[in-house]
Amino acid sequence: MNVKHFIEDKVLVFEITEELDHHISEIIRRRIDYEIQRFMPKRVILDFNRVVFMDSAGVGLVIGRYKTACSYGTKLEMVNVSPKIRRVFEMAGILKIIPIIQDEKIVNG
Amino acid sequence: MDRLVKNEMKIEFLSKSANEAFARIAVAAFATQLDPTIEEIADIKTSVSEAVTNSIIHAYPNSEGIVRVRAKLYEDEIEIEVSDNGEGIENIEEAKEPLYTTRGNLERSGMGFTIMESFMDSLKVESIVGLGTKITMGKKIKKEKEFSVNTYEIK
Repeated sequence: MNVKHFIEDKVLVFEITEELDHHISEIIRRRIDYEIQRFMPKRVILDFNRVVFMDSAGVGLVIGRYKTACSYGTKLEMVNVSPKIRRVFEMAGILKIIPIIQDEKIVNG
Repeated sequence: MDRLVKNEMKIEFLSKSANEAFARIAVAAFATQLDPTIEEIADIKTSVSEAVTNSIIHAYPNSEGIVRVRAKLYEDEIEIEVSDNGEGIENIEEAKEPLYTTRGNLERSGMGFTIMESFMDSLKVESIVGLGTKITMGKKIKKEKEFSVNTYEIK
């Protein structure tokens, strides 16, 4: 997983690169929470551009990060979500509270 | 009449989370013999991942055990069986409810069975508390793939 910081705008982008299953979620969730605590960003963006596989563990990961973000008054958004992965999020009904945004809106909001 | 089994495989592994990827990739590789589409393979991988993760988390929460995956290929269908000798499920109907989870502390979403049900064509859950759980799921692999043949006129 790569982490990009846009410190000036207080935007933190996590580029998730692995197959997002239960095993990987357990590893990266701590890292994401640690970075949110450290930077206290205004916005956190999860970039799914390089995710080739995701099961329901990805849903758990996103909901968990939403809770972390909320406790710091941070907004959580997702970007580059493929139709296949989007389908899983739609089934869980979480896109109303954690929106998928367009790529160019990462910096401009 | 029993349908003809074209091929069959079985794997067993320890209930370690690193084996989730191994299990879904092994089944997906085996399923390619039926010439599935990329979408069909993705559905199979996701469903196997859900079933195997359930066994790892719920069947053996405080210990390690054996998870078995068996796959059978028929003419136009793959049947996958994921079983364990773990704790078993007390209330199967409740466990299948969307968003129901007993492991909220592990950030489980409660979407596992919902995903298996919608990505596969059939799903059967058998469980005996204290003895284990067996998930059997099937997916039809469509035979009539769309392809076109270009014809050229030779002058």
